[in-house]
Amino acid sequence: MRPSKSTRIALLIYGILTIAFLYLPLVSVGFASISKARYLSFPIRAYSTKWYGKALESESVQDLLITSLMIAGIVTVISMVVGFFGALAFARYQWRYRTLFQKIILLPIFFPQMVLGLALLMWFNSIGIIPSWKTAVIAHLVWIAPIATLIIAIRAYSFDPALEEAARDMGANTTTILREITLPLLMPGIISAGLFSFLLSWGNFPLSLFTTGADSTLPEWLYAKMVSGYSPLVPTLGILSVVGSFLLIMLAFALSWLMRSIKQSRASQI
Amino acid sequence: MERIDRRLGFLSALPLGVVLALSFLAPMLVIAIFSVMPQKVFSVLNMPDFSSFGVIISQGYYKSLLWSLGMAAVSTFMLLIICWPLAYGMAKVFNRFTLVLTIAVVMTLFVSENIRLFGWVLTLMKGGLFEGHIRHWTGIGWDSPLYNVSVIVFGLVYVYLPFMLFPLAQGISMVPDDARQAAADLGASRWRILWEIDLPLAAPGIVIGSLLSFVLAAGATAESKILGGQAVIVISDDIETAFTFGQNWPLGAALSLILIGIIGGLAIYGVSRVDLDAIMGRKR
Repeated sequence: MRPSKSTRIALLIYGILTIAFLYLPLVSVGFASISKARYLSFPIRAYSTKWYGKALESESVQDLLITSLMIAGIVTVISMVVGFFGALAFARYQWRYRTLFQKIILLPIFFPQMVLGLALLMWFNSIGIIPSWKTAVIAHLVWIAPIATLIIAIRAYSFDPALEEAARDMGANTTTILREITLPLLMPGIISAGLFSFLLSWGNFPLSLFTTGADSTLPEWLYAKMVSGYSPLVPTLGILSVVGSFLLIMLAFALSWLMRSIKQSRASQI
Repeated sequence: MERIDRRLGFLSALPLGVVLALSFLAPMLVIAIFSVMPQKVFSVLNMPDFSSFGVIISQGYYKSLLWSLGMAAVSTFMLLIICWPLAYGMAKVFNRFTLVLTIAVVMTLFVSENIRLFGWVLTLMKGGLFEGHIRHWTGIGWDSPLYNVSVIVFGLVYVYLPFMLFPLAQGISMVPDDARQAAADLGASRWRILWEIDLPLAAPGIVIGSLLSFVLAAGATAESKILGGQAVIVISDDIETAFTFGQNWPLGAALSLILIGIIGGLAIYGVSRVDLDAIMGRKR
């Protein structure tokens, strides 16, 4: 029951239109970022890159970037480690509370992030911690660590436990098995989980809103400017942040392609 | 072997368990305690009363809750219809294009939703990408369609599309081609196959996708603020206001608790009915 050719073409066009729909607002932001006028109105009369220069010179923008980068970097490292072990508990080992564990770690993903942020603010307040960018790291982890776990778990499902059992039969202890077998096999999953963690943390706004204290991340700053009135730097910084993420993804794709071709050429030499 | 598995399973669940206990369960407890504190206190060391819940009823805070749930329900239903053909295409029809589509949709998730919604403001506003160009070329302009309820629902549909699309595609890929083939051979119509084969067999994906879109949309706030210009106040707005301008933590906590109760109840119900091992691709 293969679908007819006209169905296939119709679905393909629908798919392309969906992609266009998803990216259309970014096109508008892109045009706005190179408009010369302080107050934007289409069609754009004069183009200029002066707002990019202004954005890159500004010290407050640099502070925003550094805060966002530090949060995203620490969140990525912790999520990869916690997610690696979490995924083994999720998918690999048969233990008594496995199904319960699977369900509990899904809960934070379903929660409204802004409410999570507020709950964390009250919790920090009641144990006497003053919010700063460090508390935002914890806030991001609540939501991102479970996602990293799920991504690594998908990889862990396709993993043959007989490999670990064989190693154990030959006398390897648990640490050796983890280091020599489990970790290398799950590595692709761990790396994509790290990429996801970094990008989700970099772009996250609702979790940061109440948990960064006096510090501010890039999405928070953008939101404050959007709600309080237009600034020509909003589209510029928005595009800079988007381009940063996309470059990182391209880099990741290029690296994985490189690794695969190196492996293949080695295999063909043997 | 089994004994080792049990111990290792527990040990490897520990790091994530500790993170979630400290940063998820503990804050939820604090919210629950705060919600029964007297009005406008900032410490949990007070005599509990239930005044916040009285305020919610007498001041009409339930209206924003109803708006949120209503708009979430409408946008979830729309997403189901919009995403079904696309998810079907991804699971059964496209070959390489599935990968292209997946990458294109996932990449949008990494762009802060503020920026994307702001992009829609620039696209739709008077003098925006659409109206500005068309007025320039044809002389015909129109008023901005922004700042009302339908544009908020539009924003919800736009932002949460991936959360419906991927679970749905995963669910549809679990429908065996043989079953559809057999039904067609026996003379079932296209609608009958959809109704009696596709929908029941793809149910886990439909449940997860609808649940995710509904609960995320119910707790959303950026759509109503950026696109809707606060044409309606949603529950997350009320919660935020209670904590910030209102300086009334117990009221905010009580509102949060109600939202969490509804969302958590739905999430636990939905997740408990779905076999995660099957969805995520257990081989054994």
